Amino acid sequence: MPSGVIPSPKTGRELVDEYFIENRTRLLEIAAFLDRLDRSDPTLVDRDYRVRAFREALRLLEDRPSASGEPQTRVERIQEILSDPTTEPLEKLDVKSARGAYDRWHLGVA
Amino acid sequence: MRYIDLHAHMVSRSTDDYVQMALTGCVAVTEPAFWAGWDRSSADGFEDYFRHLTDFEPKRAAVYGIRHFAWLCLNPKEGEDRVLAREVLRRIPRYLDSPTVLGIGEIGLNRVTRNEIATFRDHVDLAIEHDQLIHIHTPHLEDKYKGTRTIVDILTEYDRIDPSRVMIDHAEEHTLPMILENGFWTGLTLYPQTKVSPERAIDMYERYGTDRICVASACDWGPSVPTAVPHFALAMKRRGHAADLIDRIIYHNPIAFLGQSPKFDVGSAPDGDAAATSSPRNLTAAKSSAGGVAAA
Repeated sequence: MPSGVIPSPKTGRELVDEYFIENRTRLLEIAAFLDRLDRSDPTLVDRDYRVRAFREALRLLEDRPSASGEPQTRVERIQEILSDPTTEPLEKLDVKSARGAYDRWHLGVA
Repeated sequence: MRYIDLHAHMVSRSTDDYVQMALTGCVAVTEPAFWAGWDRSSADGFEDYFRHLTDFEPKRAAVYGIRHFAWLCLNPKEGEDRVLAREVLRRIPRYLDSPTVLGIGEIGLNRVTRNEIATFRDHVDLAIEHDQLIHIHTPHLEDKYKGTRTIVDILTEYDRIDPSRVMIDHAEEHTLPMILENGFWTGLTLYPQTKVSPERAIDMYERYGTDRICVASACDWGPSVPTAVPHFALAMKRRGHAADLIDRIIYHNPIAFLGQSPKFDVGSAPDGDAAATSSPRNLTAAKSSAGGVAAA
Protein backbone atom coordinates (compact mmCIF):
# COMPACT_ATOMS: atom_id res chain seq x y z
CA MET A 1 0.00 0.00 0.00
CA PRO A 2 1.38 3.51 -0.81
CA SER A 3 2.77 5.44 2.14
CA GLY A 4 0.23 8.25 1.77
CA VAL A 5 0.25 12.00 1.27
CA ILE A 6 0.76 12.92 4.94
CA PRO A 7 3.32 10.67 6.58
CA SER A 8 2.38 9.15 9.90
CA PRO A 9 4.31 11.01 12.60
CA LYS A 10 4.56 7.76 14.52
CA THR A 11 6.72 4.79 13.62
CA GLY A 12 5.21 1.34 13.33
CA ARG A 13 6.52 0.45 16.77
CA GLU A 14 4.99 3.61 18.23
CA LEU A 15 1.62 2.84 16.62
CA VAL A 16 1.68 -0.62 18.19
CA ASP A 17 2.71 0.79 21.56
CA GLU A 18 -0.12 3.33 21.46
CA TYR A 19 -2.98 1.36 19.91
CA PHE A 20 -2.36 -2.36 20.58
CA ILE A 21 -4.47 -2.62 23.72
CA GLU A 22 -7.61 -1.00 22.30
CA ASN A 23 -7.41 -3.10 19.13
CA ARG A 24 -6.80 -6.24 21.18
CA THR A 25 -10.07 -5.36 22.91
CA ARG A 26 -11.87 -5.05 19.55
CA LEU A 27 -10.47 -8.41 18.43
CA LEU A 28 -11.79 -10.13 21.54
CA GLU A 29 -15.18 -8.47 21.14
CA ILE A 30 -15.50 -9.94 17.63
CA ALA A 31 -14.40 -13.36 18.86
CA ALA A 32 -16.93 -13.20 21.68
CA PHE A 33 -19.69 -12.15 19.25
CA LEU A 34 -18.97 -15.18 17.04
CA ASP A 35 -18.86 -17.51 20.07
CA ARG A 36 -22.19 -16.07 21.20
CA LEU A 37 -23.75 -16.76 17.80
CA ASP A 38 -22.38 -20.31 17.83
CA ARG A 39 -23.90 -20.96 21.24
CA SER A 40 -27.22 -19.62 20.02
CA ASP A 41 -27.39 -21.12 16.52
CA PRO A 42 -24.28 -22.42 14.72
CA THR A 43 -26.16 -22.63 11.40
CA LEU A 44 -26.68 -18.88 11.12
CA VAL A 45 -23.82 -18.53 8.66
CA ASP A 46 -25.87 -20.66 6.23
CA ARG A 47 -29.16 -18.90 6.85
CA ASP A 48 -28.48 -15.20 7.42
CA TYR A 49 -26.73 -13.07 4.81
CA ARG A 50 -25.42 -10.63 7.40
CA VAL A 51 -23.56 -13.41 9.22
CA ARG A 52 -22.32 -14.85 5.92
CA ALA A 53 -20.95 -11.45 4.87
CA PHE A 54 -19.38 -10.93 8.28
CA ARG A 55 -17.57 -14.27 8.14
CA GLU A 56 -16.41 -13.62 4.60
CA ALA A 57 -15.06 -10.22 5.60
CA LEU A 58 -13.16 -11.72 8.51
CA ARG A 59 -11.19 -13.93 6.14
CA LEU A 60 -9.77 -10.81 4.48
CA LEU A 61 -8.21 -9.50 7.66
CA GLU A 62 -5.13 -11.66 7.27
CA ASP A 63 -4.55 -10.68 3.61
CA ARG A 64 -1.79 -8.16 3.11
CA PRO A 65 -2.81 -6.10 0.05
CA SER A 66 0.71 -5.46 -1.16
CA ALA A 67 1.63 -9.15 -0.89
CA SER A 68 -1.35 -10.36 -2.93
CA GLY A 69 -1.02 -7.65 -5.60
CA GLU A 70 -4.45 -6.39 -4.59
CA PRO A 71 -4.54 -2.57 -4.91
CA GLN A 72 -7.38 -2.15 -2.43
CA THR A 73 -6.83 -1.94 1.31
CA ARG A 74 -8.45 -4.37 3.72
CA VAL A 75 -11.05 -1.74 4.61
CA GLU A 76 -11.95 -1.16 0.97
CA ARG A 77 -12.25 -4.88 0.24
CA ILE A 78 -14.48 -5.40 3.26
CA GLN A 79 -16.61 -2.41 2.22
CA GLU A 80 -16.96 -4.09 -1.18
CA ILE A 81 -18.12 -7.37 0.36
CA LEU A 82 -20.74 -5.52 2.39
CA SER A 83 -21.95 -3.28 -0.48
CA ASP A 84 -24.73 -3.60 -3.02
CA PRO A 85 -22.85 -4.31 -6.28
CA THR A 86 -25.82 -3.57 -8.57
CA THR A 87 -26.12 -0.43 -10.65
CA GLU A 88 -29.81 -0.26 -11.58
CA PRO A 89 -32.13 1.85 -9.38
CA LEU A 90 -34.90 0.13 -7.45
CA GLU A 91 -38.31 0.54 -9.10
CA LYS A 92 -39.78 1.66 -5.77
CA LEU A 93 -38.83 1.99 -2.13
CA ASP A 94 -38.65 -1.41 -0.41
CA VAL A 95 -37.45 -0.63 3.13
CA LYS A 96 -36.62 2.69 4.72
CA SER A 97 -33.27 1.80 6.26
CA ALA A 98 -30.18 -0.13 5.26
CA ARG A 99 -29.15 -3.27 7.15
CA GLY A 100 -25.38 -3.18 6.83
CA ALA A 101 -24.76 -5.95 4.29
CA TYR A 102 -26.01 -6.94 0.85
CA ASP A 103 -27.72 -10.31 0.33
CA ARG A 104 -25.69 -11.54 -2.64
CA TRP A 105 -26.52 -15.14 -1.72
CA HIS A 106 -30.30 -14.60 -1.47
CA LEU A 107 -30.30 -16.11 2.02
CA GLY A 108 -32.56 -13.59 3.69
CA VAL A 109 -32.56 -13.03 7.43
CA ALA A 110 -32.69 -16.03 9.75
CA MET B 1 -8.87 25.09 19.50
CA ARG B 2 -11.50 26.47 17.15
CA TYR B 3 -13.72 24.57 14.76
CA ILE B 4 -16.74 24.65 12.48
CA ASP B 5 -19.14 21.71 12.45
CA LEU B 6 -20.54 21.88 8.95
CA HIS B 7 -23.08 19.12 9.50
CA ALA B 8 -25.05 19.25 12.75
CA HIS B 9 -28.80 18.67 13.19
CA MET B 10 -29.16 20.98 16.14
CA VAL B 11 -32.98 20.92 16.14
CA SER B 12 -32.53 17.42 17.61
CA ARG B 13 -30.06 18.50 20.27
CA SER B 14 -30.38 20.15 23.64
CA THR B 15 -29.02 23.51 24.69
CA ASP B 16 -26.51 21.60 26.83
CA ASP B 17 -25.03 20.33 23.56
CA TYR B 18 -24.58 23.93 22.40
CA VAL B 19 -22.77 24.59 25.67
CA GLN B 20 -20.42 21.64 25.16
CA MET B 21 -19.74 22.68 21.58
CA ALA B 22 -19.03 26.27 22.63
CA LEU B 23 -16.74 25.11 25.43
CA THR B 24 -14.73 23.01 22.97
CA GLY B 25 -14.22 25.87 20.48
CA CYS B 26 -17.13 25.62 18.05
CA VAL B 27 -17.63 28.97 16.31
CA ALA B 28 -20.22 27.97 13.69
CA VAL B 29 -22.49 25.11 12.67
CA THR B 30 -24.33 24.49 9.43
CA GLU B 31 -27.51 22.46 9.60
CA PRO B 32 -28.84 20.59 6.57
CA ALA B 33 -32.55 19.84 6.39
CA PHE B 34 -33.08 16.14 7.12
CA TRP B 35 -35.45 13.35 8.10
CA ALA B 36 -37.08 13.66 11.52
CA GLY B 37 -37.14 9.88 12.02
CA TRP B 38 -40.72 9.83 10.74
CA ASP B 39 -42.33 11.07 7.53
CA ARG B 40 -43.91 14.51 7.64
CA SER B 41 -47.55 14.52 6.62
CA SER B 42 -47.62 17.65 4.46
CA ALA B 43 -45.66 20.47 2.85
CA ASP B 44 -46.87 22.67 5.69
CA GLY B 45 -44.87 20.46 8.05
CA PHE B 46 -41.74 21.16 6.02
CA GLU B 47 -42.48 24.86 6.01
CA ASP B 48 -42.66 24.89 9.82
CA TYR B 49 -39.32 23.06 9.84
CA PHE B 50 -37.78 25.64 7.50
CA ARG B 51 -38.97 28.42 9.82
CA HIS B 52 -37.38 26.57 12.72
CA LEU B 53 -34.08 26.31 10.81
CA THR B 54 -33.98 29.89 9.58
CA ASP B 55 -35.47 31.76 12.53
CA PHE B 56 -35.41 29.99 15.88
CA GLU B 57 -32.21 27.93 15.64
CA PRO B 58 -29.84 30.80 14.71
CA LYS B 59 -31.11 32.69 17.76
CA ARG B 60 -30.64 29.66 20.03
CA ALA B 61 -27.08 29.12 18.78
CA ALA B 62 -26.19 32.80 19.12
CA VAL B 63 -26.80 32.59 22.87
CA TYR B 64 -23.69 30.40 23.04
CA GLY B 65 -21.62 32.48 20.66
CA ILE B 66 -22.11 30.00 17.81
CA ARG B 67 -23.20 31.12 14.36
CA HIS B 68 -25.89 28.93 12.83
CA PHE B 69 -26.46 28.47 9.09
CA ALA B 70 -28.88 26.18 7.25
CA TRP B 71 -29.44 24.21 4.06
CA LEU B 72 -32.97 23.56 2.80
CA CYS B 73 -34.56 20.66 0.93
CA LEU B 74 -36.86 17.68 1.18
CA ASN B 75 -34.45 15.01 2.42
CA PRO B 76 -33.73 11.72 0.58
CA LYS B 77 -35.63 9.58 3.11
CA GLU B 78 -38.83 11.33 2.01
CA GLY B 79 -37.85 11.69 -1.64
CA GLU B 80 -39.96 8.73 -2.75
CA ASP B 81 -43.18 10.79 -2.52
CA ARG B 82 -43.01 12.79 -5.74
CA VAL B 83 -46.20 14.77 -5.13
CA LEU B 84 -44.99 15.95 -1.74
CA ALA B 85 -41.51 16.64 -3.12
CA ARG B 86 -42.84 18.87 -5.89
CA GLU B 87 -44.92 20.88 -3.43
CA VAL B 88 -42.04 21.32 -0.97
CA LEU B 89 -39.67 22.33 -3.77
CA ARG B 90 -42.20 24.91 -4.92
CA ARG B 91 -42.06 26.52 -1.47
CA ILE B 92 -38.28 26.48 -0.90
CA PRO B 93 -37.31 29.54 -3.00
CA ARG B 94 -39.06 31.97 -0.66
CA TYR B 95 -36.60 30.95 2.09
CA LEU B 96 -33.42 31.15 0.00
CA ASP B 97 -32.97 34.86 0.66
CA SER B 98 -32.81 34.26 4.41
CA PRO B 99 -29.49 35.66 5.71
CA THR B 100 -28.45 32.28 7.15
CA VAL B 101 -29.41 29.93 4.29
CA LEU B 102 -26.30 28.75 2.44
CA GLY B 103 -27.83 26.49 -0.18
CA ILE B 104 -29.78 23.33 -1.03
CA GLY B 105 -29.20 20.26 1.16
CA GLU B 106 -28.90 17.65 2.33
CA ILE B 107 -30.28 16.23 -0.88
CA GLY B 108 -29.20 12.87 -2.26
CA LEU B 109 -30.35 9.27 -2.20
CA ASN B 110 -31.48 6.76 0.41
CA ARG B 111 -32.24 3.36 -1.20
CA VAL B 112 -31.46 4.56 -4.75
CA THR B 113 -34.96 4.31 -6.23
CA ARG B 114 -36.18 5.89 -9.46
CA ASN B 115 -38.34 8.38 -7.54
CA GLU B 116 -35.49 9.34 -5.23
CA ILE B 117 -33.34 10.03 -8.29
CA ALA B 118 -36.06 12.20 -9.84
CA THR B 119 -36.40 14.18 -6.60
CA PHE B 120 -32.62 14.54 -6.39
CA ARG B 121 -32.50 15.91 -9.96
CA ASP B 122 -35.28 18.39 -9.15
CA HIS B 123 -33.25 19.72 -6.23
CA VAL B 124 -30.11 20.02 -8.36
CA ASP B 125 -32.09 21.97 -10.94
CA LEU B 126 -33.42 24.25 -8.20
CA ALA B 127 -29.90 24.88 -6.89
CA ILE B 128 -28.65 25.73 -10.37
CA GLU B 129 -31.60 28.00 -11.06
CA HIS B 130 -30.94 29.98 -7.87
CA ASP B 131 -27.12 29.74 -7.94
CA GLN B 132 -26.94 27.90 -4.61
CA LEU B 133 -24.24 25.78 -2.98
CA ILE B 134 -25.24 22.10 -2.78
CA HIS B 135 -24.85 19.74 0.16
CA ILE B 136 -25.41 16.04 -0.57
CA HIS B 137 -26.20 13.07 1.67
CA THR B 138 -24.92 9.70 0.47
CA PRO B 139 -26.78 6.53 1.53
CA HIS B 140 -25.96 4.41 4.54
CA LEU B 141 -24.07 1.15 4.83
CA GLU B 142 -24.56 -1.33 1.95
CA ASP B 143 -26.22 1.35 -0.19
CA LYS B 144 -23.38 3.86 0.06
CA TYR B 145 -21.25 2.75 -2.88
CA LYS B 146 -24.15 2.39 -5.31
CA GLY B 147 -25.72 5.66 -4.16
CA THR B 148 -22.50 7.64 -4.33
CA ARG B 149 -21.68 6.23 -7.76
CA THR B 150 -25.16 7.20 -8.98
CA ILE B 151 -24.92 10.71 -7.53
CA VAL B 152 -21.48 11.36 -9.03
CA ASP B 153 -22.62 10.06 -12.43
CA ILE B 154 -25.72 12.30 -12.39
CA LEU B 155 -23.82 15.42 -11.33
CA THR B 156 -21.13 14.98 -13.96
CA GLU B 157 -23.88 14.99 -16.62
CA TYR B 158 -24.59 18.65 -15.80
CA ASP B 159 -22.39 21.16 -17.60
CA ARG B 160 -23.69 23.99 -15.37
CA ILE B 161 -22.44 22.50 -12.10
CA ASP B 162 -19.16 23.69 -10.64
CA PRO B 163 -18.01 20.69 -8.54
CA SER B 164 -16.09 22.96 -6.19
CA ARG B 165 -19.50 24.32 -5.03
CA VAL B 166 -20.82 20.83 -4.17
CA MET B 167 -20.18 18.85 -0.97
CA ILE B 168 -20.81 15.09 -1.29
CA ASP B 169 -20.92 14.09 2.36
CA HIS B 170 -20.59 10.90 4.43
CA ALA B 171 -17.70 9.51 2.39
CA GLU B 172 -15.90 6.36 3.45
CA GLU B 173 -12.82 4.59 2.14
CA HIS B 174 -14.60 3.02 -0.83
CA THR B 175 -16.32 6.22 -2.02
CA LEU B 176 -13.90 9.03 -1.21
CA PRO B 177 -11.65 8.59 -4.30
CA MET B 178 -14.50 8.86 -6.84
CA ILE B 179 -15.74 12.06 -5.16
CA LEU B 180 -12.35 13.77 -5.08
CA GLU B 181 -11.37 12.64 -8.58
CA ASN B 182 -14.39 14.47 -9.98
CA GLY B 183 -13.54 17.75 -8.26
CA PHE B 184 -16.20 17.74 -5.51
CA TRP B 185 -15.73 18.51 -1.83
CA THR B 186 -16.40 15.69 0.59
CA GLY B 187 -17.07 15.13 4.27
CA LEU B 188 -16.15 12.40 6.73
CA THR B 189 -18.87 11.84 9.31
CA LEU B 190 -17.64 10.99 12.79
CA TYR B 191 -20.18 8.49 14.13
CA PRO B 192 -19.88 5.95 16.93
CA GLN B 193 -21.13 3.13 14.69
CA THR B 194 -22.37 3.54 11.17
CA LYS B 195 -19.95 5.88 9.43
CA VAL B 196 -16.33 6.77 10.29
CA SER B 197 -14.33 6.72 13.52
CA PRO B 198 -11.76 9.45 14.21
CA GLU B 199 -8.98 6.93 13.59
CA ARG B 200 -10.30 5.94 10.15
CA ALA B 201 -10.84 9.60 9.27
CA ILE B 202 -7.21 10.32 10.14
CA ASP B 203 -6.12 7.36 7.99
CA MET B 204 -7.95 8.90 5.04
CA TYR B 205 -6.28 12.29 5.59
CA GLU B 206 -2.90 10.57 5.72
CA ARG B 207 -3.65 8.72 2.48
CA TYR B 208 -5.31 11.50 0.46
CA GLY B 209 -4.20 14.79 2.03
CA THR B 210 -6.40 17.58 3.34
CA ASP B 211 -7.63 19.24 0.13
CA ARG B 212 -11.44 19.35 -0.19
CA ILE B 213 -12.03 16.99 2.78
CA CYS B 214 -13.91 18.12 5.91
CA VAL B 215 -15.01 16.35 9.08
CA ALA B 216 -18.31 16.81 10.89
CA SER B 217 -20.38 15.29 13.68
CA ALA B 218 -23.70 15.04 11.80
CA CYS B 219 -25.15 14.89 15.30
CA ASP B 220 -28.88 14.22 15.21
CA TRP B 221 -31.53 12.21 17.09
CA GLY B 222 -29.63 8.90 16.66
CA PRO B 223 -26.36 7.64 18.12
CA SER B 224 -24.05 10.60 17.49
CA VAL B 225 -21.74 12.94 19.38
CA PRO B 226 -22.08 16.73 19.09
CA THR B 227 -18.46 17.16 20.18
CA ALA B 228 -17.17 14.64 17.63
CA VAL B 229 -14.99 17.24 15.90
CA PRO B 230 -12.95 18.10 19.01
CA HIS B 231 -12.72 14.37 19.72
CA PHE B 232 -11.26 14.02 16.22
CA ALA B 233 -8.80 16.84 16.98
CA LEU B 234 -7.71 15.03 20.12
CA ALA B 235 -7.23 11.81 18.15
CA MET B 236 -5.12 13.72 15.60
CA LYS B 237 -2.95 15.04 18.41
CA ARG B 238 -2.60 11.54 19.85
CA ARG B 239 -1.44 10.30 16.45
CA GLY B 240 1.28 12.98 16.59
CA HIS B 241 -0.10 15.47 14.05
CA ALA B 242 0.70 19.16 14.37
CA ALA B 243 -1.72 21.80 15.60
CA ASP B 244 -1.63 23.75 12.34
CA LEU B 245 -2.65 20.65 10.36
CA ILE B 246 -5.57 20.06 12.74
CA ASP B 247 -6.60 23.73 12.44
CA ARG B 248 -6.52 23.45 8.65
CA ILE B 249 -8.89 20.49 8.71
CA ILE B 250 -11.42 21.58 11.32
CA TYR B 251 -11.45 25.33 10.75
CA HIS B 252 -9.95 26.49 7.45
CA ASN B 253 -11.32 23.69 5.25
CA PRO B 254 -14.97 24.36 6.17
CA ILE B 255 -14.39 28.08 5.62
CA ALA B 256 -12.90 27.39 2.19
CA PHE B 257 -16.05 25.52 1.12
CA LEU B 258 -18.74 27.44 2.98
CA GLY B 259 -17.13 30.81 2.29
CA GLN B 260 -18.20 30.44 -1.33
CA SER B 261 -21.54 31.72 -0.08
CA PRO B 262 -21.35 35.46 0.63
CA LYS B 263 -23.63 34.86 3.63
CA PHE B 264 -21.14 32.68 5.48
CA ASP B 265 -19.14 34.58 8.06
CA VAL B 266 -17.65 33.40 11.34
CA GLY B 267 -16.69 36.88 12.47
CA SER B 268 -13.41 37.30 14.30
CA ALA B 269 -12.79 33.86 15.77
CA PRO B 270 -9.53 33.95 17.76
CA ASP B 271 -6.58 31.79 16.85
CA GLY B 272 -5.77 28.40 18.33
CA ASP B 273 -6.27 27.69 22.00
CA ALA B 274 -7.56 31.17 22.73
CA ALA B 275 -10.77 30.31 20.91
CA ALA B 276 -12.27 28.14 23.63
CA THR B 277 -12.10 30.49 26.57
CA SER B 278 -15.77 30.85 27.46
CA SER B 279 -16.36 29.61 30.97
CA PRO B 280 -19.42 27.57 31.99
CA ARG B 281 -20.41 30.44 34.27
CA ASN B 282 -20.39 32.91 31.38
CA LEU B 283 -22.39 30.56 29.19
CA THR B 284 -24.95 29.98 31.90
CA ALA B 285 -25.33 33.72 32.33
CA ALA B 286 -25.75 34.16 28.59
CA LYS B 287 -28.42 31.47 28.52
CA SER B 288 -30.45 33.05 31.28
CA SER B 289 -30.32 36.50 29.72
CA ALA B 290 -31.38 35.46 26.23
CA GLY B 291 -34.74 36.83 25.29
CA GLY B 292 -37.10 34.69 23.25
CA VAL B 293 -35.17 31.43 23.22
CA ALA B 294 -35.40 30.25 26.82
CA ALA B 295 -37.16 26.96 27.37
CA ALA B 296 -40.70 27.18 28.70
